[in-house]
Amino acid sequence: MSTSATSPLSVPPRAATRPPVLEIGGLCVDYGVGDGAVRALHDVDLTLRRGEVLGLAGESGSGKSTLAYAVTRLLSPPGVITGGDVRYHPRAGDPVDVLAMTPRELRAFRWQEVSIVFQGAMNSLNPVHTVRTQLTDVLRAHRPQMSRAERAGRARELLSLVGISPDRLGAYPHQLSGGMRQRVMIAMALALEPEVVVMDEPTTALDVVMQRQILRQLVRLREELDFSVVFITHDISLLIEFSDRIAIMYGGRVVEQAGAAEIYRDPRHPYSHGLLHSFPALHGPRRELTGIPGSPPDLRAMPSGCAFHPRCPKAFEPCGVRTPHLAPVTDPGTGADTDTDTGRSVACWLNDDRRDGEA
Amino acid sequence: MSEERSEEHAAPPPGAAPDTAPGPGPGTAPDGRVVLEAEEVSKHFPVRRGVHALLGGERRAVHAVDDVSLRLRRGSVTALVGESGSGKSTVARLLAQLHPATAGEIRLDGRPVRAGRGRAFRAYCRHVQLIFQDPFASLNPVHTVRYHLTRALRIHGRAGSGAAELEKALAALLERVQLTPASRYLDAFPHELSGGQRQRVAIARAMAAGPRVLLADEPVSMLDVSIRLGVLNLLRDLKERLDLAILYITHDIASARYFADETLVMYAGRMVEGGDSETVTQHPAHPYTRLLLASAPDPDRVTGGSGDGAAGGDGGNGGKGADPSASEPPSLISPPAGCRFHPRCPLAMERCRDRTPPRFELDGGQWAACWLYDTSQDAPAAGAGRGAAS
Ligand SMILES: Nc1ncnc2c1ncn2[C@@H]1O[C@H](COP(=O)(O)OP(=O)(O)OP(=O)(O)O)[C@@H](O)[C@H]1O
Ligand code: SF4
Ligand code: SF4
Ligand SMILES: [Mg+2]
Repeated sequence: MSTSATSPLSVPPRAATRPPVLEIGGLCVDYGVGDGAVRALHDVDLTLRRGEVLGLAGESGSGKSTLAYAVTRLLSPPGVITGGDVRYHPRAGDPVDVLAMTPRELRAFRWQEVSIVFQGAMNSLNPVHTVRTQLTDVLRAHRPQMSRAERAGRARELLSLVGISPDRLGAYPHQLSGGMRQRVMIAMALALEPEVVVMDEPTTALDVVMQRQILRQLVRLREELDFSVVFITHDISLLIEFSDRIAIMYGGRVVEQAGAAEIYRDPRHPYSHGLLHSFPALHGPRRELTGIPGSPPDLRAMPSGCAFHPRCPKAFEPCGVRTPHLAPVTDPGTGADTDTDTGRSVACWLNDDRRDGEA
Repeated sequence: MSEERSEEHAAPPPGAAPDTAPGPGPGTAPDGRVVLEAEEVSKHFPVRRGVHALLGGERRAVHAVDDVSLRLRRGSVTALVGESGSGKSTVARLLAQLHPATAGEIRLDGRPVRAGRGRAFRAYCRHVQLIFQDPFASLNPVHTVRYHLTRALRIHGRAGSGAAELEKALAALLERVQLTPASRYLDAFPHELSGGQRQRVAIARAMAAGPRVLLADEPVSMLDVSIRLGVLNLLRDLKERLDLAILYITHDIASARYFADETLVMYAGRMVEGGDSETVTQHPAHPYTRLLLASAPDPDRVTGGSGDGAAGGDGGNGGKGADPSASEPPSLISPPAGCRFHPRCPLAMERCRDRTPPRFELDGGQWAACWLYDTSQDAPAAGAGRGAAS
């Protein structure tokens, strides 16, 4: 049933079969140390492929930003990475262990290989410098061999890339609208042609019209320049529309991972199901909305077993005591793993049960 | 959402037939269900420009709201949708009498009201209550739920006499917003509650006045997706059980479709379209409403990442063609003459540049302030515009 329901809208094979660019395995992050420590990320496994848009969804506090900061090594105290690994695969050469990089290697890695647009970034441009200065500064720091004229040319090119007329290069941030500032931040993130762009709520503060315009531009650029995007937002509708693949987080874990269309048509984790039935659809028949009872968990008092069990309408006996782990989704009909090419997986005892039954 | 509701929306609600009649305007028959109405209300905020004022130059003002008319009816939710900065919150604050209007009239039960202070204002608040977007900022962190609610009950003289009656009133309030058992919440501080619970307390506090009108300014936009629905359902439940008139302000037009009986759309300080929610969201008439709908996130448009919206979605085509989203909303200090949307409108005509379009009535109570629907003499046929952009 799942196969036929999802096939017309499956992920473009291009993204699904491409090699990984970032591989995250068993990543754990704590805030604080010793007795006061709370675990914000638990055993996160996630792979980003070359050229894809990977969406991260989840409620406030589920660990989306923590994940973004951890993989770019930008986590600041009291955040500590307490386990796991992050591997970066350059286009040529052997994979690199991001967590073992020296500060010097890290400086080259960021911007050059992986860049990040932060939550609320449009307010992080320096108010006393022009757009030109801020763009050329990035280039000067990382491409010292470029001449002044080359840098200026590249800055013009970058602005046009994000749809701003190059005659705005002399503008100060306050002379630009929120949407333009956000686009300048995106231009900066693209300045050194990174392989991966991490965008944490890049458009939340913007109007829907502007938001769509920016995301469209980004998707077009992604096609031209072939970078990958990790896209973080609360807005599930937006995420489904713009991502190739989606990972849903709950209480610091990835609880389901699949193609965007697959998750939308056929969510397997009860939390994913609840999320998808929490917001109204704009078109089509008015579907029934159920929402999710209760509220998101508190890190300091995380429920035992499956963290979702107090809110889960399908909870049964193992849920309160044993923690389910991400496992490939099996097709109930054949027992075969479905969609193995997109790596569909879910962390829920219901799925495991089905696997056991089929095995 | 329950099934009956969806049916009620699909066909015009039987009981509400007279309510969906053309929007307010001179000459409309009085409507017994209208509680609060605004007629051609404007609000201009002066821009302080020392030099200009000194030199006696033209006083500049932000035209936050111009000529807005609307009616809130008992037992009905009216959504006010628009981009940020379009004047939605200013409309709510005008209706709440937190700002005096620059022009126009606000009427409660048909009687004009004027922003006052002290007693008169408090008397007005008994009927009209405002709920804000941020449940974190609207409750004082050093006081318990009991304190907030008791104070509100006392101010409005609804605390009863004696401790037992107060306790009963408090429990009834919390029960009304589905925070039960009351004993678990009464002595809690705001920080001990989740966002959704805090917003419920804020709603309970508004209900302490026993109002007939609730103005809810983005009441769920700060809440997590999974708990938004619960708060919206609560508001709907209050509307139904207490026959409240609710103004639901939102930038999320999909939630207006789900939750509101009637939807009004604002652009750059003016109301541009209105009608029953299903019609406005499924058959938008105004070019701006179409742009808004075409831009709203919609998973049914999913194309596996191109994001360009070819599949699904009958109401908008992703806004291709003359890309009106290329420009930005106008400055409200010197808003464009004529139709304020004309600099971005793909269908703009000559007269759009200098003549402000009035409301044109369409079928089924829908209206649009757009010259495309002018059916008089030399004007293009009303249907033409609708076909051209959809
Ligand atoms: N500096 C910090 N000290 C202690 N705890 C923190 C710190 N930063 C984040 N946390 C906690 O870690 C958890 C995950 O936070 P994170 O910011 O990653 O969530 P998020 O999914 O990005 O949320 P949002 O959607 O609100 O942006 C939260 O419970 C948060 O309170
Ligand atoms: S493991 Fe149990 S509680 Fe958790 S989501 Fe699955 S069924 Fe629900
Ligand atoms: S009045 Fe003219 S400019 Fe305004 S929306 Fe209608 S067609 Fe466009
Ligand atoms: Mg975050």
